[in-house]
Amino acid sequence: MSKNFTNGLDLLETCKIYEKNIGQIMIEREMENTGKTENDIIEEMGQSLVIMKNAIKEGMNKDIKSVSGLVGGDAKLLKKRYESEKTVSGKRMNKAVASAMAVLEVNASMGQIVAAPTAGSSGILPGTLITVGEDFGFDDDALVKGLFTAAAIGYIITRNATVAGAEGGCQAETGSAAAMAAAAIVELLGGRPEEVLHAAAMTIKNILGLVCDPIAGLVEAPCVKRNAIGAANALICADMALAGIKSIIPFDEVIEAMYKVGKSLPCELRETALGGLAKTPTGVKIEEEIFNKK
Amino acid sequence: MKNYSAFDVIGPRMIGPSSSHTAGAARIGKVARKICGGEIKNVVFMLHGSFAKTYRGHGTDKALLAGILGMEPDDKNLRKSMEIARNKGLDYQFSETDLGEAHPNTVKIKMINEEGNQSEIIGASIGGGNIKITQINGLDVEFTGEYPTLIIRQIDIPGVIAKVTKIMSAFEINIAFMRVFRQSKGKDAFMFIETDHLVPKDVIEELIGIGEEIRQVYLIEAL
Repeated sequence: MSKNFTNGLDLLETCKIYEKNIGQIMIEREMENTGKTENDIIEEMGQSLVIMKNAIKEGMNKDIKSVSGLVGGDAKLLKKRYESEKTVSGKRMNKAVASAMAVLEVNASMGQIVAAPTAGSSGILPGTLITVGEDFGFDDDALVKGLFTAAAIGYIITRNATVAGAEGGCQAETGSAAAMAAAAIVELLGGRPEEVLHAAAMTIKNILGLVCDPIAGLVEAPCVKRNAIGAANALICADMALAGIKSIIPFDEVIEAMYKVGKSLPCELRETALGGLAKTPTGVKIEEEIFNKK
Repeated sequence: MKNYSAFDVIGPRMIGPSSSHTAGAARIGKVARKICGGEIKNVVFMLHGSFAKTYRGHGTDKALLAGILGMEPDDKNLRKSMEIARNKGLDYQFSETDLGEAHPNTVKIKMINEEGNQSEIIGASIGGGNIKITQINGLDVEFTGEYPTLIIRQIDIPGVIAKVTKIMSAFEINIAFMRVFRQSKGKDAFMFIETDHLVPKDVIEELIGIGEEIRQVYLIEAL
């Protein structure tokens, strides 16, 4: 039987038949479709993990300013706080959130990143997965497997809905990234395929309807902070799923709902910078300042 | 429906901030460089739609120029492309334009190389770093650069296509997609051959060797 699953239900069935987890099925699907060896595929994803780690390091330690000057330096601020005092939401949560923000700040300053699934949502998956990996002592091989788990979820969403903010709003973009992250973490920590999909479903449900309203149309604000909340959402949903909490609405139906909600969003709230925060008095003022600068 | 790979979802590896406004822009620039050929001395970018509105903030300008310099979308020097271009003596200019009904992320690129040859292309960045080239030297075309692509500029006379495909088959290169466009009967025409296999350099020499009806051959590696 082919490993080319088309939705969540199909994926669970494939995992059951082959008695393999989601990440492994995704690797074998890639082998089936490309004819490449397992080692080559894993090695290629390993290169992406290296870039992800470097981006976190850069954003957490260097002084970063975005092209427009609008964002940069917030990851460092949060890091300073969780390293020096007791925080409200705990050290691991803050570390994951700061790491996610760090990647987005690097992205906004024309640094090197891996789109996951997009550039504007590229902080959530590395920020959470690498933080959890470090804290629980997993090696890079385990994290790369986690990236394939995440890829399986992202693939299903791309195939059956969308991950583009211009098409489905921020829910489609950072929502998908967070669902991918929650899925990767649940599987990394030994969760079953069903639990992985519950985590992904709950993550998207939590931010259903979130609009894409970037100030001045740039991938900067509120994108950095939307990646922060995406990381927090992913960690909470991973814990809920691992505790045995289930999504009442199945994953595939959540994805369909997300797609429909995205389509019913007016175009002003889908990356056009014609509504939401972009059209607040302050948003408009910033836009004018940026575009009149040069 | 496209069968998405794990690397379509987690990827591309790129320089930020936007896959469509930065990574895609660099790819269009790279294709333009190939089509112009030789060392480019002068380039004008005419930006349309969202490209025109946000190019400074997204670094679309730096990315396009980086592509013209031959950089990949994940090259760390991408943000320094203007400095690099100046040092190389490459003149560049950006302007805003209205290309009508074109995709919002579209750019028209006019280039002159060291031999004085002029070329121009129109390309669009259609999302996720994917691109579409829609015009070359005034001729309407369509290709994505997703596969290794051979672009052959030929004279529209009978038998040229057969000669080309015969060479492809001799090298055991499978053709995935093929399109032929022409300006008018018996005049300038283009052939776009997207392949499943890498195209060796020998193929290009064989193709040029067909005769005068083949005017130019470009090879664009898969993006």
